[in-house]
Formats: sequence, C-alpha cells, structure tokens
Amino acid sequence: MESVAQQEQVIDGATLKLRFRRAERRKRYGALLPVLPLLLFIIITFLFPVGEMLLRSIDNKKVPNVLQMSAPLLQQWDASGDALPDDAVYEALLQDFVAGAKDKTITAVGQRLNYEVSGVSSLFRKTARRAKKIEWADAAEAREAMLKIDAKWADVNIWRGIQRFSSATTAGYFLAATDYRYNPAVQEYQKNPEGIYISLFGRTLFISLVITLLTLLLGYPVSFLLSNLPSKAANLLIIFVLLPFWTSLLVRTTSWIVLLQKEGVINDTLVALGIVGDGNRLEIIHNQTGTIVAMTHILLPFMILPLYSVMKTISPYHMRAARSLGANAFTAFRRVYFPQTIPGIGAGVILVFILAIGYYITPELVGGAEGTFISNRIAYHVRSSLNWGLAAALGAMLLVVVLVLYWCYDKIVGVDNMKLG
Amino acid sequence: MSAMPQYIQGWEKIWHYALRVFVGLVLFYLVFPILVIIPLSFNASPFFTFTKEMLAFDPDGYSLEWYYDFFNDLNWQAAVKNSAIITVSATLLATFLGTLAALGLAKSYLPYRRVLMALLISPMIVPLIISAAAMYFFYTNIRLQGTYLGVILAHTALATPFVVITVTATLSGFDHSLIRAAASLGANSTTIFFRIIVPIILPGVIAGALFAFITSFDEVVVIYFVGSYQQHTIPWQMFSGIRERISPTILAVATMLIIVSMLLLCTLECIRRRNERMRRGQL
Repeated sequence: MESVAQQEQVIDGATLKLRFRRAERRKRYGALLPVLPLLLFIIITFLFPVGEMLLRSIDNKKVPNVLQMSAPLLQQWDASGDALPDDAVYEALLQDFVAGAKDKTITAVGQRLNYEVSGVSSLFRKTARRAKKIEWADAAEAREAMLKIDAKWADVNIWRGIQRFSSATTAGYFLAATDYRYNPAVQEYQKNPEGIYISLFGRTLFISLVITLLTLLLGYPVSFLLSNLPSKAANLLIIFVLLPFWTSLLVRTTSWIVLLQKEGVINDTLVALGIVGDGNRLEIIHNQTGTIVAMTHILLPFMILPLYSVMKTISPYHMRAARSLGANAFTAFRRVYFPQTIPGIGAGVILVFILAIGYYITPELVGGAEGTFISNRIAYHVRSSLNWGLAAALGAMLLVVVLVLYWCYDKIVGVDNMKLG
Repeated sequence: MSAMPQYIQGWEKIWHYALRVFVGLVLFYLVFPILVIIPLSFNASPFFTFTKEMLAFDPDGYSLEWYYDFFNDLNWQAAVKNSAIITVSATLLATFLGTLAALGLAKSYLPYRRVLMALLISPMIVPLIISAAAMYFFYTNIRLQGTYLGVILAHTALATPFVVITVTATLSGFDHSLIRAAASLGANSTTIFFRIIVPIILPGVIAGALFAFITSFDEVVVIYFVGSYQQHTIPWQMFSGIRERISPTILAVATMLIIVSMLLLCTLECIRRRNERMRRGQL
C-alpha cells in the first residue's frame, strides 16, 4: 500500500528521489564533457603510443610469422638431446627462406635472432641469397642443400637458438636488459660477466642519488633562510632561484660546458691564480663530475621551491616557543622545526630524483662515456642500433622505477597540490 | 636582511653569519653560470673564456660578431621561424585543450577525478626519452614523423599537463556563489562564462600558457625523434651545434634566450602579484 505522499511524488513515472539521482548523475557526468577532448587526445597520441612501445619489449611475432612452416614443426623437436631436427624441419625452413627472401622479411628475422645467438644474421642472409636458386625433390635433398650452403646448419646450437626464440612473445629483451643471455650449448640463460645494463642502471641510480642529496644539502639552507627573511628580501632573493628555473635547459648546459671545459673559465682562473699548472688542467667535463655539477645546478630549483613553500607555512612562533621552554637552538631546530619540513624534503627529494633518472640532454652533452644515463642508452638503441625491443625493455624498467616514485610523491604531496614556479 | 634577535650570542652569531655566507655561495652557484655567458658572447675571438683584452676592458676585445653571425646565418633564421611556428601552435592548442579540461577537473564531484588527473598529467611524469621513443614509433606509423603537424601534436601532448595543473589550481579557489549571484541577477550562461569565469581564471590560463610555451620552446628530445632537420628549432640547433662543433654564436643565442627568460619571469611575477592582490581583495 502506497502512502499519499509517495504517490504525489510520482511525476512522469518516476519518484522525486529517482529524478534527483538522475539529475545528480547527469551533473556528474556532464562535468566529464569538457575533459573528454583532452582525454581522447592524450590517450591517442600519448598513452597508446607509450603502451605500444612497451609491448615491443616482449613482442616476437615477426619470427613465427615469417617462419610460418618451420616454427610449428621446430616446436615439436626435442632440443635437449644432441640430435639435429628431422629432414622435414629443414625442408620447412627452406620453404620459409624462399618465401621470406622475396620481401626480405627473412633477413629481419635473422637480425632479431642475432641478438640472442651470434652469427645467425649472416647465416640467414647467406642462406636467403642462395635459397632462391635451389630446387629440391624431397626433404632429404632440402637438408643436403642447406648443409651445402653453410655447414652451420649442422650445428645443434643454432637450431636450439631458433627454437627458443620462435614463439610470438619473448622474454629475451628483458633478459638482455638485465644482462642475461641464452647459452644454447647448456640450454639456459647465463649472466653476462661484464654486466653492461645492470651496472648502467646502478650508475644512473647512484648519480641521481648523489645529485638529489647535493640539491638537498644546498637547497635546504637556502629555503630555510628565504622563508625566515622578511618577504621583501625573500621575494628579491627568490629571483636567484627562479631565473635558472626559467632559463632554457640548453643555455644552462652550454654555460657549464663553457665553464668546465679544459680551456674554460674555471680552468683558466685556476691556472691564472697558480693553483694548478697549465699542463695539468682539471678534467671536470665529459665524465661523472661534469654530469653531477651541471645537473645539480639544473635541478636545484626543483628542490628549493617545494622546500620553500613548505617552510613558509611553518610559524616562527614554534621555534620561539621551543627556545623559551629552554631548548637550545640546535634542539629547537631538530625537535620542532625539522620534523615540520619533512613533507617538503620528501616532495623535493622524489621530484629531483624522478627528474634526474630520466635525464638525457645534459648527460649526453657533458657526461662523456662514464657520465651517461640509461636514457642515453635507450636513445642509442632507438636511433642507432635499431634494437627496438631492447630499448623498450630498458624503457619499461625505467618507467616502473619512475611510476613507483611518482606514486610515493602522490602519497606525500598529492598531484592536486603540485605547484609550479 | 632580518635583524638578529637580541638574545643571540656566541657561536650562534657565527652560525647566523655562516648560514648567510653559505646561502650566498649557493645563490652565486645558481646564477653565475647563467650570467657568465652574457659577457662571453661579446668576445672578439672565438674562445669560450675571458681573453686578456676582455679582462682589460679593451674595446678591441669585444665585438658583436657572433650576433651578426646569428642574424645572417640561414640555419639559425630557419630555426627561429620553426621555433615560432611550433611553439605558438602547440601553446595555443595545449592552452585550449588544457583549460577546457581544467573546467571539468576542478569540479570535486567529477567521477574518477584522481584517475583522470593522473592520466592527463602522465606526459609530464613519463621520462622524456620514453615519450620520445614512443612518439617516434607512433608518428612514423601514421606517417607524420618529420612533419610540422607531428611535432606540434607531440609538443601539445607534452605541454597540456602544465596548463591543466595551473588552471585547475586557479579554479579550485573559485567562489561558486559568484556564478549563482550572476545568475540570480539575470545573466545567462554565456554572459556568466565571459564576464565572471574568464576574468577570474585568466591569470591562471596565462600562467599555464607560459608554462606550455616554455615547455614546447625548450623541448629538444621529443622533437629530435619526431621531427626531422626541416623542423629544427633553436634548441635543436644548439644541441647539434654543441655536439658537433661549438661556436660562439651559440653564446649569442644563449644570451638572447636568457633575456627572454627574464622577461617571462617578470610577466609571471606580475601575474602572481595580481593574484595575491585579488585574493586579499576577496577576503
């Protein structure tokens, strides 16, 4: 039984409550409307490309697509023994070579497999060249023909390598990015004793950490003094921080090249003052020192500004109260002031660290061989070596570090409270 | 400088001055490398250090040669033109899209607000080299690699987060009763938008646009991947110039860029002061 009041609320077949809820929902989703254009734009031109690139790190479709006939057969071959694959596999691969040689896709597969098993690229190119002219009657003849092209086709390790990397996805790039390499002779992944990428990651993290600590060490006192000065003086001095912040990154990097190079201002001054001899000028560029000095300068404003904005909100009465209760200056600072600046330190440290590990331009120009970062290696693989899968794997690892740090940043500061300038 | 409180004495006094000296040194470290470029750009000889003539203030030690070189070099002139085209287009697009999005993002009842915000500012978070590589593959696939359109779109994506953040921040302090007041006085929604909302958020939009401008203007990694030499901008020309053979012309360009950034800084400072006055006025 419905009450009179409820009946009265029913207008156009809906209760007032329902209509209200509908209107609320329309309002909520109506607010989405102005966001949509940018959201679509970012999804299409940014998020989708980034996702697509990251997928390259496991994508291996090229190999089974080109080795259409042989890849499924090869999967059935037992690679653990020393026996070579059946003649049928040889014939299937030869057919793939004939098909792939026309549009040169087979050489691309050779290049891909060469990242994992050295020598495959040239073997594939040679075989593809000759395969076009070969005629064979049965599988045994196909096998003979291939062995005649190159004796390496009798090497079980080559077959093991092809089999291992003939599926549509691969862990090979990530393993390579962590210095592991497939050894077909023992059929397992082995660590590269030179350890290129892990040590490069380590170096990137280490230099970034040094830079972050230096910016904190230099930035904290600056923010402290600025936030305790009268606002007129502080507004004037903050320009010293904002000017480099707004100056082009390349201008600042150029400045450091001018200052640090062998015939540069710093070395010239030191020689003129007689501190160092003309013969042994300091090597302070194109090495780690160059990267650290220049990047600390470039990232220092990103430490000072968040620290300053936090310190400005700390009431000076807190310190005075602590002093009047008998704390000495150091204790008052340590127990009362410093704990209140921790959110600022957290924000500044994470921000600087995130920016530092992704840096490319400055290490490229002043870092030399030992002061470059993982970014420089990614750029090299995209533009020069064309090993895009490895570039994607390295990029994915870098991105994971950045996203974890960013998540921490969001927890501490909140994206909404991010201040610029 | 703040006066030293009366009760300070002994080693605290030393500490008081030591802090000031240390901060002075840090501020010197921040500004000196930028300012040192300016006199060096007037060097008469192609060196990157102060010559004897320069130190003696001998007029022969100084020249405008590198500025002359800049204005007569076709590559640099093309770079200026490219920078103008790309930066202005990307700034306008980013400011439009970003401001529009901020109008929605500033509403606290927007569904999935945090997720949307995270997605929209992601171009600012992802390391540039990853964005650059991803966009290189993407724009190559859709055949826009090496075109102005591709570079402008890429820069727009990179610049929008700065607009979104600044305008959303401005809007978050927006007093919504103003809209209701205007509506109760008979203004329709178009009038409200142009007479109430726009004047209040305009400083935020301008600040966001300046951030977008500097982001696009200064950007060299993404353009190096998405563009080709046809789109080479001023930072591109500087980057390749430094890598190949550094010429003092770069110092002349750097000096001019420093002056541009000083002007930018002044503009932003004016906006900030205006904002502060307005906030105080509102109270």
